[in-house]
Amino acid sequence: MYSKDGENYFIVDAHIALWDARPENQRNIHGKQFIDCFYDYHRNLSPETELWTYDEYLYQGGERLMKDLFEDGYVDHAIFQPAYLGEFYKNGFGQTKEAYELAAANPDKLTYNHCFDPRDGERGLDRLHADHETMKFTGVKLYTAEWHGESRGYKLSDPWAYRYFEECRKLGIKNIHVHKGPTIRPLDRDSFDVSDVDHVASDFTDLNFIVEHVGLPRLEDFCWIATQEPNVYGGLAVAMPFIHTRPRYFAQIIGELIYWIGEDRIFFSSDYALWTPRWLVERFVDFQIPEDMTEYAPITTEQKKKILGLNAAKMYNIDVPAELQLPDAGETATGPRQPERADLAGAV
Amino acid sequence: MTTALTDHPVRDAGAGDARVLDVEVQHVAVQEVKRALGTVLDPELDEPITDLGFVRSIDVTGAPDGAEVTVHLRLPTSFCSPNFAYLMASDSKDAIAALPGVGRVVVELDDHHDSALINAGLAADAGYRGTFGHEAEDSLDGLRALFRRKAHTAAMERCLTEQLRADPALTEANVGTVRLGDLPAGRTKDALVRRRDALGLPTEPAAVVLVDHDGHPYPAEQVPMALRRARSTRISIDGNAHFCRGLLRTRYEGSGADQADRPEGAEPADDHHLLPFTVKETHP
Repeated sequence: MYSKDGENYFIVDAHIALWDARPENQRNIHGKQFIDCFYDYHRNLSPETELWTYDEYLYQGGERLMKDLFEDGYVDHAIFQPAYLGEFYKNGFGQTKEAYELAAANPDKLTYNHCFDPRDGERGLDRLHADHETMKFTGVKLYTAEWHGESRGYKLSDPWAYRYFEECRKLGIKNIHVHKGPTIRPLDRDSFDVSDVDHVASDFTDLNFIVEHVGLPRLEDFCWIATQEPNVYGGLAVAMPFIHTRPRYFAQIIGELIYWIGEDRIFFSSDYALWTPRWLVERFVDFQIPEDMTEYAPITTEQKKKILGLNAAKMYNIDVPAELQLPDAGETATGPRQPERADLAGAV
Repeated sequence: MTTALTDHPVRDAGAGDARVLDVEVQHVAVQEVKRALGTVLDPELDEPITDLGFVRSIDVTGAPDGAEVTVHLRLPTSFCSPNFAYLMASDSKDAIAALPGVGRVVVELDDHHDSALINAGLAADAGYRGTFGHEAEDSLDGLRALFRRKAHTAAMERCLTEQLRADPALTEANVGTVRLGDLPAGRTKDALVRRRDALGLPTEPAAVVLVDHDGHPYPAEQVPMALRRARSTRISIDGNAHFCRGLLRTRYEGSGADQADRPEGAEPADDHHLLPFTVKETHP
């Protein structure tokens, strides 16, 4: 819970990780390149006071995570979204067992989402069943740019992905978090292309698709798809820290999201341990759309409360004190539209 | 001789060797190479790679059969899309090879997850499909075209939003009536005209500004939505252009000096001043 100026904000951090990128876990140079890329994101976008050393960044462990989120970070509930990255790390990048056990020990604070890779075929389906039997998750995180033998990425619209989504339906796994790109195959296309989300969201209307980092670097494609599909949501992982270095860009991201998909389908996340939630929560509560950006209405306290926690709490049935709950807003002016109207503006 | 673009004055090598060897040695000025590289665009950001700071070094050695030119490129992360990385590297090689007096050209992409693959493909002139094998289907022409259209969309929106701010009588509902001749001369309009040219769209004063990438204006009721879609494209491109620049500066200390300012979407924190970070080991 975060309180300021007489307002109380229920905080759900909808995308966190417990990773291990230490050299002894790196399988090859790509393991180092991957965590270095994250660390450059961290160095580039963080306030000086929030910078971690490289060694701290490689591995945090559960104790530090609990402190950063729940003691220091105002977070009421957080959701693990593990990325496996088995081609880069010997024991995987996201530590699924450690994260699951931490969530099992703190069920009021943590939700564990799992991960799968449709390229694992039948054996992977068996594994998904077995994992679900023991861990009972309701959500999964999919990283479509995951490398897998000769393949360096997949699409959500691939036939095997559909097999997995059909199993998700049967098992009650409703929330599909998607981290897009850069997917490598086919290289002919834009590797951050989000059009597969469009297909799968239309074909599995009973599942929720949460596109992490709101489709960045293709915000425009994400907004267009999300406005047509009522079961597509936007996660603010990686978008949040722009609030510090590039507040005008951040304002435009938020302004566009509220315009296209509305205030009820946007989820806050720190993307821990890329960043920590405390400063992001504080900054977001203080944030306002700059006055000269007349194309956007000012953001309201109610909208901030929804984005910071109420929206994700609703999707994950997380208990929120009655006095903090808010009603849904009306539909946005843009939709959700029917597919036959989807091409009315041909701009790309 | 390697010329790090920021740290040393630009010099071209080879002339001295020619006197010693008393052989007609061909050489080319580093500045010429740099100018050629200035024609290579990052297809995603629609900016020259020289403005983005992606050229790490230029090395020229005079030789009787034409100067040997070696160029190293660098990108903001190891995981930048390999298709764009490949396009920039192969376009660089082509642009340098077209210079008079140039013989052998070596272009190498540094510190990328596909550096080995791309550099081998370039060295062998293997082409796109020869470089990437089963991961390449046909060509990257469609990808280039997609981002040329996005660049036009963003340039169009910048012009119209500037008009909306400058003219209180103009509303989003009637920006469909604005014509090229109504736009004030300047950088924003020049950029739009350049992008219209690239798409083969008309550039005369009577041409309507808000058009799709085939040049068709929108029916009046679709104008506000077309503008809003164009706006989200512009925000995306400006945001990416500055984030990529920033990441490059974080990754390669001092690389900001090689970057040209980008006024579109600029913010105070973009002024190249980095926090005093501990430099990590980037090149093991």
